[in-house]
Amino acid sequence: MLRILEINLNHPAHYVSVGPFSVSAGNLTIILAMFAIFIIALFLPFPNHDQTEKHAALKSEKR
Amino acid sequence: MSTKSSWTGRFRSATLEKFEPEDLLPEVQPAYVASWIYIFGVATLAALIMLVASGLYLTLEGPAWWHTSNIGHYVNSVHLWSVELFFVFMVVHLWGKFWMAAWRGRRLATWITGCLAFFASIITGFTGYIIQTNFDSQWIATQAKDGFNAVGIGAFFNTLNTGQAILLHVSLLPLVLGGIVIWHVILVRRKGVVPPIDEAGE
Repeated sequence: MLRILEINLNHPAHYVSVGPFSVSAGNLTIILAMFAIFIIALFLPFPNHDQTEKHAALKSEKR
Repeated sequence: MSTKSSWTGRFRSATLEKFEPEDLLPEVQPAYVASWIYIFGVATLAALIMLVASGLYLTLEGPAWWHTSNIGHYVNSVHLWSVELFFVFMVVHLWGKFWMAAWRGRRLATWITGCLAFFASIITGFTGYIIQTNFDSQWIATQAKDGFNAVGIGAFFNTLNTGQAILLHVSLLPLVLGGIVIWHVILVRRKGVVPPIDEAGE
């Protein structure tokens, strides 16, 4: 069943070349995924973020 | 300037007495920490714990085991994917901290220890590549040997010496990296998490 998920790596790596720059498709995928994770982390709302801010505001008001 | 006469007293003043238990293990964090970008430091630590745990298992059993048995393949894969996630989390953590200028507020030492941890991780990763005991590691070791010879340090660090590489990877470098990471985390606890640039009071 897991055979569907297998990726055949038994071949030379695919490379993306632009001018003097060359990067393997695998490395490029990871770099793009890291950019995506970074952007998502900046803009995706954190669970209970609003309550945390309200809680902090309440605490500072009490002081 | 400490007035204590013995080195143990001076050491205590310079270390233990500078930390409040509440700072070392806080229960609450400022509101701005409730953001996904603040998650990647602790995610890096979690990946490091998985790395060390799987690495210890690999060390106990050896190459014949991780190349041939099912459980050996599994633990070897856990070690590999822990490395992948460790570097992904660490680099996203680095980007986040760079763009929020995390060295602000007398946090330069925290930033520097983070950089040192990054470089120590890269060296540890390289020594890991050349002790896989497969064709991949043979290829990498011979290519790296040419590179090190070209920059004039091939006699000091010989990548074809698998014994040296194994000892560096499983003994010296984890100690160095572990020490730097502990130092980094202590500094984060001592100085607190850096606030966003637009936060009032910074």
